[in-house]
Amino acid sequence: MFPKWFKDWNAKNPTNIYGPAILVGVVGAAVFSAAALVTIGQPFKTDSLQTGPRGTGMSVPEFQADLFATYPDADNFYTTEPIVPQANARPVRDVRSDADPSLGYLTPENYDRLVEAMRIWTGIPDLFAGEENYQTVVARNMIEMTQNINEFWGGHVNANAEVGVTCYTCHRGEPVPNNIWFKISPVNENAGGWSANQNRVTIVSNSTSLPSDYLETYLLLNEDGQYNRIGVHDLASRVQQMDGDPLIQQTERTYAFMNYIANSLGVNCTFCHNTRAFYDASQVTPQWATASLGIQMVQEALDLYILPLEEVLPAERLGPVHADVPKLACATCHQGQQQPLRGLNVIANWPELATTSGEPDYAAFQ
Amino acid sequence: MAYFEYQNIFTQVQVQGHPEMGMDNENNMAAERTTSASFSTLAGLIGNAQLGPIYLGWAGMISLATGLLWFNIVGLNMLSQVGWSIPEFIRQLFWLALEPPGPEWGLRIPPLNEGGWYIISSFFLLVSVMSWWLRTYLLAEQHKMGKHIAWAFLAAIWLFLVLGLFRPILMGQWSEAVPYGIFPHLDWTTAFSIRYGNLYYNPFHALSIVFLYGSVLLFAMHGATILAVSRFGGDRELEQIYDRGTASERAALFWRWTMGFNATMEGIHRWAWWFAVLTPITGGIGILLTGTVVDNWFIWAQEHNFAPEYLAPYGYEAYGSYQGFLGQTTGGN
Repeated sequence: MFPKWFKDWNAKNPTNIYGPAILVGVVGAAVFSAAALVTIGQPFKTDSLQTGPRGTGMSVPEFQADLFATYPDADNFYTTEPIVPQANARPVRDVRSDADPSLGYLTPENYDRLVEAMRIWTGIPDLFAGEENYQTVVARNMIEMTQNINEFWGGHVNANAEVGVTCYTCHRGEPVPNNIWFKISPVNENAGGWSANQNRVTIVSNSTSLPSDYLETYLLLNEDGQYNRIGVHDLASRVQQMDGDPLIQQTERTYAFMNYIANSLGVNCTFCHNTRAFYDASQVTPQWATASLGIQMVQEALDLYILPLEEVLPAERLGPVHADVPKLACATCHQGQQQPLRGLNVIANWPELATTSGEPDYAAFQ
Repeated sequence: MAYFEYQNIFTQVQVQGHPEMGMDNENNMAAERTTSASFSTLAGLIGNAQLGPIYLGWAGMISLATGLLWFNIVGLNMLSQVGWSIPEFIRQLFWLALEPPGPEWGLRIPPLNEGGWYIISSFFLLVSVMSWWLRTYLLAEQHKMGKHIAWAFLAAIWLFLVLGLFRPILMGQWSEAVPYGIFPHLDWTTAFSIRYGNLYYNPFHALSIVFLYGSVLLFAMHGATILAVSRFGGDRELEQIYDRGTASERAALFWRWTMGFNATMEGIHRWAWWFAVLTPITGGIGILLTGTVVDNWFIWAQEHNFAPEYLAPYGYEAYGSYQGFLGQTTGGN
């Protein structure tokens, strides 16, 4: 194939070609990669949201691709403007016998409008078509809960701007919202006490080996009718360990809870805390206060509106281990976003859901 | 040979022939030694190609037996926790653990499934580790060696004992001990730091990190230096210690002219040994003080002007907004 002089020359001049070949290959690949990065750009660009003083590394990073992606959940929010009642308008309970008593104070137009919206938001076509469907009974509780949150929990819900909540904030068109939770501990067989509630991949533990019982521990009332303290530290440098002081076990459980909140909101520790001193109230961010109110809001919502549903829900809706009510927490509304539905104002058109008084304020639409 | 063939992670020379079976002596060293040996080309790439014979001795036998008991107690507890399901055991292996007793048990021994197995297995682990230490000491004695390896090992055992024995006893609770599990022991580490107010403000933790990273640096400097002068016989380190040759001279001059100071062919090994043993010694002191003497290292650091305060204003005006982050204007519906 090759001429004789070529073979002879090669035989007389033996040369190691592998060394230079590897060198050229490595340098060439490096130059090519660098050139590609410079011309095409970083394919995984990130942005970060500063959450603390400069130089402390407090920020929440996100991929730009995620930030600028459309968010169908927010785009699909169904809403219609209210019909302002006439001065002499009669409530629906006076003119229609089939109107649900929980919303009987609305005008017939607004009643129909709200029921239509709630059917779309929850994906339940026969909602409020009669008590034989348990979902109608549940809905009465849920309307009260929504009104209560909008009226009394503005400190959490409207911390940045008026956004409010509706059925859609959790339901997103599904009869059972995503990201609900059940009690599942003990998660380990043949084990008791501290050994039994952790070290398993579960949905509640967010696939970590941390305890799976933190939501029930911190969000539900304990046997003494109190909420357990969410705390990991002693607040002095040298103190005697006392009964009830936090231990490593409480710290792990708290860590699991904080990890849950971070996953629910799509953020990291430094969204709320300066990680050099997690407990220190003088170093937390403004979001810490909003989140703390959120924890109390969830505790109240569970106690007043969710747990009583145990008698209403059919067996197939109850939990797999303890047959308990499906429960809400941060992720049920937030669904991975810092603000549910990315801060969409869902309450503006729905004064019926904004107050527990039974007297919706339509002034903004006159 | 091209110059870059020196820059190789693998040993360049492998010797495989009749196995070296070792000698006997007046202590009857060979009595407890196995009698066969083999060669592995793979092992030869990173060390000596000969595998075996091995000497266990009575201390080694006790260590292996009790260590195996610990290993099996931990493994069977994990298997039991997943209902004796092998697939689930494999799937959850990194999550599973044998946990110490809960805090309600103090220093008492709880029922087996609430930490009793942990106490039993820990006892076997203690016997296993201590008899392995004894074995390193006795082997060094038999070889008429110094006991440097045994003392260095004891430094690591100090940290191990502080974590699992001394500190839990001082705290009055076995629940302070470290769980036996892959991820769970990492959970413990994080929780331990957070519970005691951020371990990074523990000065002994800081010292331990200094010695850890220092060990890495010294090992890299020493290994590189010896490889770099091995063409002048620098890898014959012992000869170079008592009969300094051009390899030592070049290595010493390199460092003296680089940073104004150089270790000696003997002294560098003392540097390395002390940096290595001080890593767990200082770390163990730091752990032992945590919760027993100091409950919150961050507050301790503030009291000792060690953690800086941020100056007002805190800087809220510079922070980003969520809507700006999303590239949105504040939305209505």
